[in-house]
Amino acid sequence: MKPVVVENIVQKYRTKKTVVDALNGISFSVDKGEIFGIIGPDGAGKTSLFRILTTLLLAESGKATIDGFDVVKDYKAIRNRIGYMPGRFSLYQDLSVQENLEFFATIFNTTIAKNYDLIKDIYQQIEPFKDRKAGALSGGMKQKLALSCSLIHKPSVLFLDEPTTGVDAVSRKEFWEMLHRLKLQGITILVSTAYMDEASLCDRVALIQKGDLLSVDTPGGVIRGFKKPLWAIRGNNMYQLMNLVKEDASVESCYPFGQYHHVVFKKPGDDKQTLENIAQKGNFHDLEIKPIEPNIEDCFMALMNN
Amino acid sequence: MQKDKVITAKDLTKRFGDFTAVDKITFDVEKGEIFGFLGANGAGKTTAMRMLCGLLLPTSGQASVAGFDVFKQNEQIKKNIGYMSQKFSLYEDLTIVENIRFYGGIYGLSDDRIKQKTTSLMKQLHLEGQEKTLVRALPLGWKQKLAFSIAIVHEPAIVFLDEPTGGVDPVTRREFWGLIYEASARGITIFVTTHYMDEAEYCNRVSIMVDGRIDALDSPANLMKDYSAASMDEVFLHLARKAVRTGD
Repeated sequence: MKPVVVENIVQKYRTKKTVVDALNGISFSVDKGEIFGIIGPDGAGKTSLFRILTTLLLAESGKATIDGFDVVKDYKAIRNRIGYMPGRFSLYQDLSVQENLEFFATIFNTTIAKNYDLIKDIYQQIEPFKDRKAGALSGGMKQKLALSCSLIHKPSVLFLDEPTTGVDAVSRKEFWEMLHRLKLQGITILVSTAYMDEASLCDRVALIQKGDLLSVDTPGGVIRGFKKPLWAIRGNNMYQLMNLVKEDASVESCYPFGQYHHVVFKKPGDDKQTLENIAQKGNFHDLEIKPIEPNIEDCFMALMNN
Repeated sequence: MQKDKVITAKDLTKRFGDFTAVDKITFDVEKGEIFGFLGANGAGKTTAMRMLCGLLLPTSGQASVAGFDVFKQNEQIKKNIGYMSQKFSLYEDLTIVENIRFYGGIYGLSDDRIKQKTTSLMKQLHLEGQEKTLVRALPLGWKQKLAFSIAIVHEPAIVFLDEPTGGVDPVTRREFWGLIYEASARGITIFVTTHYMDEAEYCNRVSIMVDGRIDALDSPANLMKDYSAASMDEVFLHLARKAVRTGD
């Protein structure tokens, strides 16, 4: 039995005048012990999906199960066995670190001591501040406390909604290391993010945009799905270079990627020579052109434009 | 102050009680430059930025922004800079045109100028025909692009962007940087913070704050060379890992 099965879930939000389509009939399933990433920008439908799967929101139509339990009929059973860390900090700000943890342990009929092994790694980092009010913690510490609270009843599936948004590169890296250690304990993890580079840290990913799944695959599989050759170009004036390349009739797309622009041609015959010819129209020096492997963001943009 | 410097800061310091949030930072930003201001959460970026925007009085040191002193002329600074962040940008319950008019008015533009600006902005952003659309109804990416354009509606010497592209889809994020490049080509200085390290590579120079100090400041290419790193991500991790302080 797969821990998460999603079949044709549709969600709409209605106001007096308008209907917003949040999820347009999406389906996927997650394997036991997998880190499964839901990757897409704000407004793609990530949070709606998480709220439906955690039984906090009723879908318009479609079906979903967690560990075989139906998200509508069996919501009580599901709430007992999942962990959920919402995107917004939702612990009690006026309780201390330890009080929050005790509260969640009690709610789930367990004790901190019973499952301490599972959270030890994470909780130890904030234990020196255990008497501090949760509201007075820094962002990184709040995140660790929220993760500890969502784990205290040893859930079989953990839902993390954008845990790394607004978090700096170092803390993001540490957070993912924590997730990989949890995976080793057999917990299935569904995690959403708007940072495309985090896709490579997942076992499989679902790329989501405007309520549609663009692709469900391993990160490697997504990248292999990018069929056209990809070129990287850089020169002394990157803005001019981008405008020049973009305007050329042979070019399908040209996007800046850090120090390089990534270029895809419409036809397979065009190559380095074509780019050199285009660049000659400007007055560039230090020109560098090379073929490269696409990353997830290249793939996401290509899929978005399809 | 030299004419081509839009920011000069010397030993700029802010203490809160016995906590030194910003510890003697010294740097210049040139006219038209895209300057990336990086640092881990809690490194002191926000405090430094608030001082430079005239919103917070420094404890000691010197700094001038757009030719005005951060100690004595903070009101002039506020009039001569633009500011945009992901958290604070536009009024959701006003229309696109009402937002432009509101901010144009705040920055003291004449009615004629506001009219002109409205027409040119709507055209530049391909929003013609949507004058009366509520900002709330715009997709996030459009909001961000509109917010940026409005932040520079008064053609300030410098615009401060605090994590302007968080959560935006990758195509829109790049379109946003297109607007930044354009503004910089027009001579507007860009001061930007970001958590996306590829965006750090779009900057002419970047500074990296660690524990209240600027630990590195150079072009991305030079920084990568100095730290034998393949990307700005590696440079950042190398420096930020040394931090003693944590949190916001």
